Amino acid sequence: MLTSLSRSDRAGADTRFRRSQIRPGPRWFSKKAARLLVYLFVLAGAFIMIYPLLWLISASFKPEDLIFSTSSLISPQWTLGNYSDGWNALDYPFSQFFANSLLVCAGAIIGNIFSCSLAAYAFARLQFKYKPFWFALMLGGILLPMHVLIVPQYILFKELGWIGTLLPLVAPKFFATDAFFIFLMIQFIRGIPTELDDAARIDGCNHFSFYWRVILPLSLPALVTTAIFTFIWTWSDFFSQLIYLSDESTYTIPVALSQFIDSTGNSAYGQLFAMSVLSLLPIFGFFLIFQRLLIQGASTTGLKG
Amino acid sequence: MASTPLEAIKRYSREARSDEKRQQARPVQKRKGRATGYLFLLPWFVGMFVFTAGPVIASLYLSFTNYNLIGAPSWIGWQNYLAMFQDPQWWDAVRVTLVYVLLSVPLKLAVALLVALLLKRGLIGLGLFRAIYYIPSLLGSSVAIALLWRQIFDSDGLVNQVLNLIGIHATTSWVSTPDTALYTLVVLSVWQFGTPMLIFLAGLQQIPQEYYEAAATDGAGPVRNFFSITLPLITPLVFFNLILQMVGAFQAFTPSYIVSGGTGGPVYSTLFYTLYLYQEGFANLKMGYASAMAWVLLIAIAFFTALAFLTSRYWVFYQDERS
Repeated sequence: MLTSLSRSDRAGADTRFRRSQIRPGPRWFSKKAARLLVYLFVLAGAFIMIYPLLWLISASFKPEDLIFSTSSLISPQWTLGNYSDGWNALDYPFSQFFANSLLVCAGAIIGNIFSCSLAAYAFARLQFKYKPFWFALMLGGILLPMHVLIVPQYILFKELGWIGTLLPLVAPKFFATDAFFIFLMIQFIRGIPTELDDAARIDGCNHFSFYWRVILPLSLPALVTTAIFTFIWTWSDFFSQLIYLSDESTYTIPVALSQFIDSTGNSAYGQLFAMSVLSLLPIFGFFLIFQRLLIQGASTTGLKG
Repeated sequence: MASTPLEAIKRYSREARSDEKRQQARPVQKRKGRATGYLFLLPWFVGMFVFTAGPVIASLYLSFTNYNLIGAPSWIGWQNYLAMFQDPQWWDAVRVTLVYVLLSVPLKLAVALLVALLLKRGLIGLGLFRAIYYIPSLLGSSVAIALLWRQIFDSDGLVNQVLNLIGIHATTSWVSTPDTALYTLVVLSVWQFGTPMLIFLAGLQQIPQEYYEAAATDGAGPVRNFFSITLPLITPLVFFNLILQMVGAFQAFTPSYIVSGGTGGPVYSTLFYTLYLYQEGFANLKMGYASAMAWVLLIAIAFFTALAFLTSRYWVFYQDERS
């Protein structure tokens, strides 16, 4: 609308242009100054945003008595003691908690990729009765708050004898309960040309081998996105891990961290920060490796860490 | 304009309906395809009935019962729901959660939009700035960051150290003062504006430059540009971010649990709705009451989402509808 207006209004625009040339002083100045101001503003903002994280890292290497005495990142004394002490501060070493967290993440990733891609293929490529109904139901699952499900799920897992094990955190993922990823994969699979389907059918390919040999390999970017976000969500998930993990030997990193203060008393902040830094490292590592994919995923779908 | 998942859903359900019609004209293929389709959906069906639809129905039933995991649930009608309105702590939780949602969501979106507008100008080192602004929302929901936040706003924490540095003597512990504790959680939420910022940035970069050139020849300044071009064109993204952040804020749990040490204190000032639900359900084993609370939460979220959708036709501008 605006573009068509400008074309028909060229003559009028000319006079306006000349009018703005009459007072070039403030315009010219403000343009450069504004640019500098924006730059400074963005720089200061970035500094404020990142400072708490830098402070956390720096504090994790400071001796206990220096942590709260200064806001500076530079310390007169550095130590690795927080890391070695923190690692063994609870009844089990942190290697146990890392292993548990990794196990849950690996299970969740495999489960999500397997089950969500099967469902996504059905919704994107196959025709079956009541498809719009099931599709609507699947979308409804994305928006459903987990708190409505948590009590009956807890009772179910209790009946199965799974409370205190990692199973309640992993098993549901093999049944496509993270509907968001189904939706993500549907969007991707629908972008794969349907000519491939026809070609495969002529070659005698059935739906399963077509899904396995053509769709899955071609959907690799969507599968990687699913894997990364499953990892980040599962790694930082706290609510369900807090509810299901009652035995310290099965604690994951978030649950272990949350128990840290209670178990070690109020004086062990250096150790707490050291373990916090370690707990954030995997996510940060994923960010460094998959930065482009993560930013793209967040920009287009609102996927969040 | 960037297509959001909401638009994709609309498009998809439209196409799914026409697929269905097409299939009805070809009965032979339909029968074959139907069986395969259901076979592929088998894991999802099991998951849906066992872990989603089943629990939803069970939770609705439990919300009308008294159940503490021992023995059988006993039917008590609407008593759980009525008890909520008599429960001062439930009201605390509602008030705290509403304040949190109504403060953190608009603030977060405003900051996200502001930073996106600044970054849109194509600064040197855009990639680095974008990464720095995005990292907090990637890490922010973790227990580690919530623990860090508790220290930052404690009496000898980073905030007070910085205040002392610029000459303001401060010894208050922001997290253990009832008047300020909730606001530290709002700040934590706003700090994680990276995700909506990225969505805004992607949208802003898709606005055709000709619009601004045309406006410039008409003599429009930056303020006029923003309100007449930029803002109307990104209202679909504002809407999308609003829904996403609002639904997330209602369900926030970790910051409240960690910063208050699981209590929701001081004096229930950080008692998020989900934290109270957790306490009642999994500490006091009042499973029926917790289920009823969950249903009220579901209805509240549905209500606010519906409100956003219903008002959206007055303030969300879709280009394809106008042209």
